[in-house]
Amino acid sequence: MSLVAQNLALAGRLADVSVGLNSGEVTAICGPNGAGKSSLLACLAGLLRPDNGTVLSDGTSLTAIQPRERAQAIGYLPQQGEVAWDLSVETLTALGRLPWRTGAEADRAAVDAALTTLDLQRFRHRPVSQLSGGEQARALLARVLAGEPKWLLADEPLANLDLAHQLALLAQFRRLATAGTGVVLVLHDLAHAMNHADRVVVLDSGRVAADAPPDQALSAAVIARVWKVEARWLGDAGQRALST
Amino acid sequence: MTRPIPLLLLALALAIPLSLLAGRVWLNPFGDLSPNALLILTELRLPRAILAVTLGAGLGAAGAAMQGYLRNPLADPGLFGIAPGAALGAVLSFWTGLASAPWVLPLFALVGGAGAMALLGLIAGRTGSVTLFTLAGMMIASLAGALMSLAISLSPTPFALSEIVTWLMGALTDRSWNDVVFAVPLTLAGIATLMAAGRALDALTLGEAAARSLGVDPARLQWLMIAGVGLTVGAGVAAAGIIGFVGLIVPHLLRRFTDRRPSSLILPCALAGGLLLLVADCLCRVLPLQSELRLGIALSLLGGPFFLALLLRMRRGLA
Repeated sequence: MSLVAQNLALAGRLADVSVGLNSGEVTAICGPNGAGKSSLLACLAGLLRPDNGTVLSDGTSLTAIQPRERAQAIGYLPQQGEVAWDLSVETLTALGRLPWRTGAEADRAAVDAALTTLDLQRFRHRPVSQLSGGEQARALLARVLAGEPKWLLADEPLANLDLAHQLALLAQFRRLATAGTGVVLVLHDLAHAMNHADRVVVLDSGRVAADAPPDQALSAAVIARVWKVEARWLGDAGQRALST
Repeated sequence: MTRPIPLLLLALALAIPLSLLAGRVWLNPFGDLSPNALLILTELRLPRAILAVTLGAGLGAAGAAMQGYLRNPLADPGLFGIAPGAALGAVLSFWTGLASAPWVLPLFALVGGAGAMALLGLIAGRTGSVTLFTLAGMMIASLAGALMSLAISLSPTPFALSEIVTWLMGALTDRSWNDVVFAVPLTLAGIATLMAAGRALDALTLGEAAARSLGVDPARLQWLMIAGVGLTVGAGVAAAGIIGFVGLIVPHLLRRFTDRRPSSLILPCALAGGLLLLVADCLCRVLPLQSELRLGIALSLLGGPFFLALLLRMRRGLA
């Protein structure tokens, strides 16, 4: 399966961005503030309509797909984890089933599976307001997983989480990719992108500055050019740390 | 979770027959009904009870949907400016002196409500933005309010003036089957429309972007809200004048008894709104006052302090 952006242009935010994503991979989108990361993610999710260019899901333009079908294929986790009403974890997770009309039995099974995957079964009936930040992030991700999407697009999913929760969530994303989901993450932490992504797309002022495996896309030369920071990588593959 | 629904249905099943007996003239359910009593029952109290339950149901459902749409527990159906629009229509029917003819008042009110709906749709356009939409509604509300004040201050006769002011307070006094005939179908259609928006409102719990990623079409949702709130509130104002607080309080009271999704709140709020308006109307009828207490005033008198107490409790809970 493929999700391909072709020559995306969006006034002031993206200029001629082309990216092809593969399922079964973790792709990180990195770049300085204002580089267009969130805009690209929103275009890939079909939430923003680009001024120019198209996003193709398995060869079909997203604009030609019914919103509900698109929602079944592409799960999107926004940056702000807003939950307006104090739903229970179970009810929140079940919202992920909204694009589906598969009946109560299938819905319950999907919700159960999502809660188990994210180790939330014991919080099932707890109101969201009584969860810690890490638990809440997991509950919001469970909502997306309950929709059984082929693509998981997450906008800075690690923001506001402590290191242990960041690593736990990254491990979760890896497991999803191994199971065949295409995972696309907007990440600010370059070390996480380096260690946990199969591929990194670096954006700079709305253009693709690099699109390659992490050690090439996030080489010291690219970091110097895009972030204007002199830095070098320490440590071994998979455990690298950025020294500035 | 649908726990409150059977309870509310039961309460309604008890309250409706009881409400038919209560009033200035108490009817004895066990004795023979005199012809006069029969007339009171079928021509006054029955249409009045049906109107109270239906209009209350419309207001309750509209309140639940509005709070879901704006993701705010303080939202009220009045925010869209449809009620003031309908009221403006009704005021104009008094102002022109046409209100005494049958059907003219509700017709003017419905046209006013529809005008507010159309204006909302035009201003908010196809963006589907909730903020823009709410601001448009508030602007329409204040514009309609200003025009109403203008009509009152320029009112042609003192009689028209007093008619307008009294009518604006909202009441179900002296309503007949004529009002039932137009208000009930419109309100029921409105409630059905709001229920059709339920899934989209649930998705909106997660914010606008997440809702769209779940397949919600914001423009379609906006039209459902305009139509649903417009039908329920417009029909309500046309039949009974401005009746506040029901749409604000009822969802508040019931939220804790549901799973808190907007969609699971709409039907219970409709039932509870109907019950509240029926009981409040009966109290207005029964109170030993010189002239009957206006329903709109009664609900505000009841609702204001109640809501303050609720807010104080909320504040204590948060502190």
